[in-house]
Amino acid sequence: MLQQEYLYVLIFILGGSAMVLVAMLASWALRPSKPSKAKLTPYECGELPAQADSYFQFNIRYYLFALLFVVFDVEVVFFIPLVKVFNSIPVVAFIEITFFTVVLAFGLVYAWKKGALEWE
Amino acid sequence: MDVILGLLYVVILFSLVAVQVLILVFMERKVSAWIQSRIGPNRVGPWGLLQTTADIIKLITKENIRNIQSDKVIFFLAPILAFVAPFAGFVTIPVAENLGIQDLNMGAVYVFALGSSMVFSVIWAGYGSNNRYALIGAMRSAAQMISYEIPLVTSVLGVFLIAGTLSMREIVALQESGTWYVIYQPLGFILFLVAATAEANRAPFDLPEAESELVAGFHTEYSGMKFAFFFLAEYTEMLVACSLMTVLFLGGWLIPFVDNSQIPWWIHIFVFIFKVYSMIFLMMWFRWTFPRLRVDHLMQFGWKVLLPFALVNLVVTGAVALWLKS
Repeated sequence: MLQQEYLYVLIFILGGSAMVLVAMLASWALRPSKPSKAKLTPYECGELPAQADSYFQFNIRYYLFALLFVVFDVEVVFFIPLVKVFNSIPVVAFIEITFFTVVLAFGLVYAWKKGALEWE
Repeated sequence: MDVILGLLYVVILFSLVAVQVLILVFMERKVSAWIQSRIGPNRVGPWGLLQTTADIIKLITKENIRNIQSDKVIFFLAPILAFVAPFAGFVTIPVAENLGIQDLNMGAVYVFALGSSMVFSVIWAGYGSNNRYALIGAMRSAAQMISYEIPLVTSVLGVFLIAGTLSMREIVALQESGTWYVIYQPLGFILFLVAATAEANRAPFDLPEAESELVAGFHTEYSGMKFAFFFLAEYTEMLVACSLMTVLFLGGWLIPFVDNSQIPWWIHIFVFIFKVYSMIFLMMWFRWTFPRLRVDHLMQFGWKVLLPFALVNLVVTGAVALWLKS
């Protein structure tokens, strides 16, 4: 039964991609193609690119935000099954989950105080 | 049999979404014109109605340029994923009592999961283009999307907590006997609206595109049909986000103060569409009212304002629900 439900999901993902491909194919049949050297260089405000590749080093802050994201996303994953059964859990479970939230909130406060949320 | 039916749904929904996007683009231009005291498109067709159709014809017949440095495969895959991710979200959105493609028991989570996979398409587009502007735009966009995803999901947890289910159809059905969840969860609704605007990369959170500083952000290098699909994806995402708001907070197809079982299904469809378009109008209004945020303000707003409020909202909702139960 479960597979039956999610069959449509699969069909939509594959079928949606197919529709995109069909549209691109239609455009391929209709569009002109006149490549030239200048046209195929990466866009750089009317100048030639300063260096061949643009894979440069990144600001470390992106990484910090990614780490924070992982922490809180896992937290959300823990919450989802909990909210589904919330009406049938005892009070103790609620206190436990509040404790869990508070610990995470402390994590956020710690990151905040350490300046991980600043973007200079 | 199911496969054939499913493919039929795909084709119907694809055409519906395409038509909706045409209407939305036209609406956006007219709304912006109206807000800025201009006339907006009025040359092509009556009242400029065929303007977006003309734009689409232009995009289809436009040359496809892929720069020599770009990564062929990734560059090609990015617009496909960008469109498919929000498009597949429509599977579980109920439009009326018995109208919707398939009700999933984890529907809401499924839509959020698809929404978060959008970030890959942005990263792919930036990385595949191998262009400075595209890469900066993609990195900013990724940081923004992951930061706003947490308040987005946390703010709706309150609704799931009250409803006790994750199925979209059941959530709407529960609002029939009680009140709309926007009454119980006003803070959650506002947080969700803000986070969804950011998640769809709409102004004032449109830093990834930031025309005036990053040219066009992650899709600088895209042209023709591939660009069209990024464009289509943005509006599809807006449609999905507004449908989600309608279903989770605004009672889906239900009309307030009326016995809904007496009302024919086609009126329910119109009610649903009306609600979705009202939310979309609100988002467009945002775009032409608020200036774009600075990148550091954007990240701080997500982490320091939205997230704490969302957590407090969740804990308070839980406490109140428990107190009412006992």
